[in-house]
Amino acid sequence: MLSTFLKQPIGQERLVSSLVTKRFYGGLNDNNRIFTNLYGDYDSSVTGAMKRGDWQQTKNIISKGKEWIISEIKKSGIRGRGGAGFPTGLKWSFMPKNDPRPSYLVINADEGEPGTCKDRQILLNDPQKLVEGCLLSGYALGAKASYIYVRGEFKKEIASLQSAIDQAYEHNLIGKNACGSGYDFDIHVHPGAGAYVCGEETALIESLEGSTGKPRIKPPFPPQFGLWGCPTNVNNVETISSCPTILRRGSSWYNSFGRKNNHGTKIFSISGHVNNPCVVEEEMSIPLKTLIEKHAGGVRGGWDNLLAVIPGGSSCPVLPKNICDNVLMDYDDLEKNNSSFGTGAIIVMDKSTDIIKSIARLSKFYAHESCGQCTPCREGTIWVKSLMDKIVEGKGTKKDLKLLESLITAVKGNTICALGDAAVLPIEGLLRHFRKEVELRLID
Amino acid sequence: MLSLCQNKIKQSVSTKLSCRLFTSLLETEKVPFDFTQDNYEKVENILSKYPTEQKRSAIIPLLHLAQDQEGYVPESAMMKIASIVACPVSKVFETFTFYTMFRPKPVGDHVIEICTNLSCTLRGADQVLNAIQDKLGIKIGETTKDNKFTLLEVECQGACATAPVVVIDGNYYEDVEVKSINSILRDFARDVVPKSGTQSKRNGPEPIGGKTTLKSEPWAQKIREDL
Repeated sequence: MLSTFLKQPIGQERLVSSLVTKRFYGGLNDNNRIFTNLYGDYDSSVTGAMKRGDWQQTKNIISKGKEWIISEIKKSGIRGRGGAGFPTGLKWSFMPKNDPRPSYLVINADEGEPGTCKDRQILLNDPQKLVEGCLLSGYALGAKASYIYVRGEFKKEIASLQSAIDQAYEHNLIGKNACGSGYDFDIHVHPGAGAYVCGEETALIESLEGSTGKPRIKPPFPPQFGLWGCPTNVNNVETISSCPTILRRGSSWYNSFGRKNNHGTKIFSISGHVNNPCVVEEEMSIPLKTLIEKHAGGVRGGWDNLLAVIPGGSSCPVLPKNICDNVLMDYDDLEKNNSSFGTGAIIVMDKSTDIIKSIARLSKFYAHESCGQCTPCREGTIWVKSLMDKIVEGKGTKKDLKLLESLITAVKGNTICALGDAAVLPIEGLLRHFRKEVELRLID
Repeated sequence: MLSLCQNKIKQSVSTKLSCRLFTSLLETEKVPFDFTQDNYEKVENILSKYPTEQKRSAIIPLLHLAQDQEGYVPESAMMKIASIVACPVSKVFETFTFYTMFRPKPVGDHVIEICTNLSCTLRGADQVLNAIQDKLGIKIGETTKDNKFTLLEVECQGACATAPVVVIDGNYYEDVEVKSINSILRDFARDVVPKSGTQSKRNGPEPIGGKTTLKSEPWAQKIREDL
C-alpha cells in the first residue's frame, strides 16, 4: 500500500503520518475526456461523431425514462457550466408536472463573457454532442422542441451547428420518432445580435421572442413562465453537451472527478500573459497553478512574474499571486477566496500589466452592455466607468474612491439581473487586493 | 417641421448615437427595399422554426437577413419585416435599436471590427488597432474616403484564447499581429478574402507550443452495462 502511494504523482503534497496522501486533482487522461474533438482535428460530421462514441445507445437511454435521466444527472453532480454553477439536475426538476402548456429546452450559446471561448469549440468541432444532449435533456424535461440561441457574431459556428442538426434529421436521430424511440423532438438555431446581457436566461428568452434583451424580474422563473409564457429550462452548451456522455458512462464515473460538490470535467479557456493561451478540458478542482503550467506553458517570464488572475471570466473578482499559488479551480475554493468559478475563463496578467487600467476596461464593457432597464445598473455602470477612467488618468481623488466604494454597495444585489453585480465585482476585487496601487494613483 | 424636430433632438440630452441613429433612419424610410427571391425562401424557412402565433420571434433573424442583403438595415426593411411578422413597425424599430450588430446606415465595402476587451488588449490589440488606423488613415467609427473600409471597435467576440481578434465582414481573424493585419488588409483592398481563423502556426486554440491533450485519435469509450 505504501509503495502504491509512493508511485502517485504527489508533486508538492506530503505523505502524512496516517499514510493518506491528499488527492491530486488535474491528471485527467484522454480516455476520460468528454470533448474528444475539441481542437477539430477529426471528422465533426455525424459519422465521425459516432466513431468517437456519440449517438450510441441513445434509444436505450430514452427508454430508461425521464425520472431515471434526471436522477442520473443529479447524481453526477454536474453544475451549470454557463457561469452560475446551479446544480443541473435540480434545475431540471423545477419543471412543472402535468402542465397543459408545451415545454421548451433553450440552449444558451450566447458566449459573451470576456475570457470565455469554450462553447465555440463545441459548436465548431463537436456539435453532435450538443444535438444528442438536446434530445436527451429535452426528453427528460418533456420538452416539445429545443431552441439554441447562438450569439450573432458566431456565423461559422451557426453554420456548423445547423449542418449538424440537418445531418441528425437526415439520419432520423431527431425529428419525428427520434432514434426510433417514439419521441418527437425538433431542434432550431436562433441567432443573437450582439448583446452580452442576452446571456442572462430571461433576457435570452425575451430576445428569442423578438424583443429587446431586457431581463425579467424573477420570480417567476423560466420553468414556471419562460419562452412564450411556457415552462422552459435554459442551460449552457457545455452542460447539455456533457449529458449524453454522463448518461452513457454513468453518473458515478463523472462524479469521480473533482471535489465534493464540484464534480466532473470542465473546458477551461486560458488567455492573457501565458506562453500558450489555449482551451483545454481538465478535471475540476485542478490547482490553478498546475492548470496554467501544465497546459498553457506557464506565465510568461515565469510564475514569479505573475501579478494577478481573473479566474472565471470578467465578472469574477481578481486574485493576486499569493492566492493563485494555491487556489483550486472549483466553485467552492474560489468562493472561499472571495472570487468565483464563473465560466472557467482564466485571464492571466503579469507584472507588466496596469491592473487599474485592466479593470477600467472591464468597467467600460459593462457600461456598454447594460440594457438600461434598471436605474442602479444603468446609472451605476456609467458612474463606475467614468470614475475608473478618472483614476486611470491620474485625476482621481479620495472623494472619487469613496464614491466608487459606495457604488459597489448601491448596485450589488439591487438590480433586476446579475449584470449589475458583475459590473461592480471586478472593482471589489481590485480594491480588496490592489487598494494601495489605486491610492497611489490618486492626486490627493 | 422636420428640421425643427431634428434640431430639438440634437439639443436634447439623448446620446450622440441615438441622434445620429434617428436622423439617419428618417433618411432611409424611402429607400426601396424588398427581399430577393432567394431570400424569400429563407424568410419562409425562418418563419417555419417558430409556432405560427409567435412570428415576432423571427424579427432578429429577418433583420440579419436584410442586413446581409443590403449591408445595413434601412427603415423600409424594418417596415417590410413588420408586415411579414404582423406587428407594429415600432416593435421592429425597438428591437433593431437594442442590438449592436445592426447598422442603421450604409458602411464601407469591408467592415473591420476589432475587439479591445481585456484578453485581446493583454495580447497586443492596441498595437494591431494602431496599425489598422495608420494603414487606412481612419479612426474608430470612420470610413475610408474610397468607401473601402469602415473601422469599428467591438466588445469580446468569444475567441479569447486566440487573441488578438479582428473580425472582417463577419470572418474571424485570430492570433493577429501587426504583420498579419497589414497583409490581411492588403488582400481585402484587392477584394480578395484571405483565409480566416488563426494567423499563426496553430489551427485553433490548442496550445501553440504543442498539444498537451488529445494527442492521438480518440475512440468510443466503454458504455455502462445497465443500458
